[in-house]
Amino acid sequence: MSVPASAAAGPRPVAAAHRIDKRFGVTVALDDVSLTVRDGDVHALVGRNGAGKSTLVSVLTGLVAPDSGSVEFDGRSAPPLADREAWRQRVACVYQKSTVIPSLSVAENLFLNRQGRGLISWGALRRRARELLETWEVDVDVQAPAARLSVEQRQLVEIARALSHGSRFIILDEPTAQLDGQAIERLFDRMRSLRESGVTFLFISHHLDEVYEVCDTVTVMRDARHIMTSPVPELGKADLITAMTGEATGLIDLGADRPTPAAGEERALTVTGLGVPGVFEDVSLSVAPGEIVGLAGAVGSGKMAVGESIVGLRRAGQGTVKIGGVTPRPGSVPAALRVGIGFVPQDRHREGLVPGLSIAENATLTVPERLGRFGFVGSRRRDELGVKAIGDLDIKAAGPEQPVSALSGGNQQKVVMARALANEPKVLVLMQPTAGVDVKAKETLLGTAAAAAVGGAGVLMISDDLDDLRPCDRVIVLFKGAVVAEMAKGWDDNELIAAMEGIGD
Amino acid sequence: MTETQTALAAPARGRIAAPRLARLRDLALVPAIIVIGIVGYLVNPVFLHWDNLVNVLQQQSEISLLVLAEALVLICGRMDLSLESTFGLAPGVAAWLVLAPGITHGVHWLSGAWSIPVTLAVGLVIGWVNGLLIVRFRLNGFIVTLGMLIVLRGLLTGISGGKTFFNLPSSMIYLGNAVWLGLPASIWICLILYAAAIAVTGYTRFGRSLYAVGGNPDAARAAGIRVDRVLWTTLVLASALAALGGLLLTGRLASVAASQGNGAIFTVFAAAVIGGVSLNGGKGTIFGAFTGILLLYMIQNVLTLAGVPAQWIGALNGGIILVALIISRITSGQAQE
Repeated sequence: MSVPASAAAGPRPVAAAHRIDKRFGVTVALDDVSLTVRDGDVHALVGRNGAGKSTLVSVLTGLVAPDSGSVEFDGRSAPPLADREAWRQRVACVYQKSTVIPSLSVAENLFLNRQGRGLISWGALRRRARELLETWEVDVDVQAPAARLSVEQRQLVEIARALSHGSRFIILDEPTAQLDGQAIERLFDRMRSLRESGVTFLFISHHLDEVYEVCDTVTVMRDARHIMTSPVPELGKADLITAMTGEATGLIDLGADRPTPAAGEERALTVTGLGVPGVFEDVSLSVAPGEIVGLAGAVGSGKMAVGESIVGLRRAGQGTVKIGGVTPRPGSVPAALRVGIGFVPQDRHREGLVPGLSIAENATLTVPERLGRFGFVGSRRRDELGVKAIGDLDIKAAGPEQPVSALSGGNQQKVVMARALANEPKVLVLMQPTAGVDVKAKETLLGTAAAAAVGGAGVLMISDDLDDLRPCDRVIVLFKGAVVAEMAKGWDDNELIAAMEGIGD
Repeated sequence: MTETQTALAAPARGRIAAPRLARLRDLALVPAIIVIGIVGYLVNPVFLHWDNLVNVLQQQSEISLLVLAEALVLICGRMDLSLESTFGLAPGVAAWLVLAPGITHGVHWLSGAWSIPVTLAVGLVIGWVNGLLIVRFRLNGFIVTLGMLIVLRGLLTGISGGKTFFNLPSSMIYLGNAVWLGLPASIWICLILYAAAIAVTGYTRFGRSLYAVGGNPDAARAAGIRVDRVLWTTLVLASALAALGGLLLTGRLASVAASQGNGAIFTVFAAAVIGGVSLNGGKGTIFGAFTGILLLYMIQNVLTLAGVPAQWIGALNGGIILVALIISRITSGQAQE
């Protein structure tokens, strides 16, 4: 990845933050942080959850005023915070959370609050929108309501909107978190070509591979401080992880010390000919007690639907699911829980947690019968289980009564995992269990899954994250709703990705 | 740039096939209205007589202003329950201030000419207070306006002594009684305000910002929309419309009952939702809201013409609302949230 000629000739900072301090109450969010983004760079900003990345982005986009320190664009100091339009001309951020208005059309979203003077001419507005999207080669119908856009299209529309404000500095906040492999490649191609035409990116990601693939420079933050900035090619992956975690640890292979499950034993989970019309069909697999089986596939492969059918969130049209010889009523979560399934749903915000309830309540939602008799809930017993979960999963929290909405993403996910384990399941179904969590939390979560397997549970790991799949004894690959491959432990990364994307045999 | 362009031609997903249903959804209730027209004609040919149609339009003109007001607030993603009390209190205060003490309560502090400005001013003040509590102090809008509903109704009962104001000055009765160009003035006012609101919500930056605020307030703020100001303005506007609606009814009945508008808010919400306005904000059109209230009143008129006993009208009204909801769910094909 070569540095573009323009940047090499005279790299000037398109954006710079100097010695920023920011506190929220007693929490130090930024401690003397400086960041310089050179013109034409793709600059990675990495750090664990809570390292201060989001606060820094808020400062850089003028949403939060720093307690001390200054922000500059193109060598000139930043406009006053109230002048949103001036900020928009200098910097734009595409957040993980959608900032389009779902009920309005793409065209209207692009020109929201700048539809022109007087009465709006919808024809002219649509024409302008079409021209804008054509300029940046975004193939989206401007009349479609924004609600109908895919995540990928939504991001492209937001990027185009940012560029139309005149901004040539774009912050992408974990843009790849919700994209599948091909969409990520397309996004990277687009970032590269936009860089050629003079757009600078600040790229925030949890995936270090992506940093190596698309970024020129990387800045690491930890504990509200700036740790290092380095050209990407000069920094080894182990060093980068060390900088992020502050410890000299790599991603250990969590499956390595696990005993291989004995063959021929009774199966913990048997799935036969499972199918949901139009989503996936004829999926058969089995998981032995103590075994971790991966189910991989790109977005749209139907792997999540398989998991949801097994745990009862979805009703399969065909096939059977057996847990230790018992078939729970299809499409019923309570039935699945009763026969000994524990699961982590794919979206912790939607299905995983009740944000206003405490850690203890969330972690024990699935097991009210363990908390007391006759429908009463014993709060002491509940808090004991909460404390145990906090200890077992290393959840960073004030106590079991803290609401989960106050936790960071990684810790929230640990609460979801605790809930999955609360009924001591015979079968553990994990759907994207480490989505959007940092390296350290990922280790804990995968370690917990491995521990459950050692304890005799059969684990089905549904994910497209290679780190999740690595501890698996074998990986089954799904493509467009059908099983296309099964790989024994020690698979080759490229081979697995090729199978997930439906390339090769 | 040529190079860039080719490089940018990355494979993108297929274009979304977007059926242009957005505008058709506005017209979702039109078939239902036509069916009711035909049914009404079969029940009693009088239904389609000009005089009867004018009658229906006039009867719904006052409450349709409440529907208009509520639709604007709903599009912003809020609710205003207090509109039905404003509908009674605003003309009530005007009557109280201009009437001489005697048969009815009254203090006669102002001459009759003040009645219209006072009515509208009361509406503006109520809307401003709603805005103060909801927008400035960040109180829950549903509970605030529920409280306001009770307080304002109580104020009207207080100043009227629970009785009806009558013997009103002519200026107060004029709008509800006058005939302009062969149609009652209240129909003109209703149609003009609806046309204006359709134009504003469809074709002005302010109007579109209502949808933005209701659809995703954070995104609206990020786009430079002054979210609080938009909300506050809408709440003030809504209460003023409710006051005007109350004034029209007062004119038609030549009186202000202590119960004027009592319970109307349920019909208002039903009409808005039947007309396709989402209770979650950001969705729906003013035209849709108009077809909603029109449909409800046409059905009521048909029932009356069919000779349904008055005691049964209440139960039937509730039933009609439910059936109309089901019909609009089927015709629009969209879940009502």
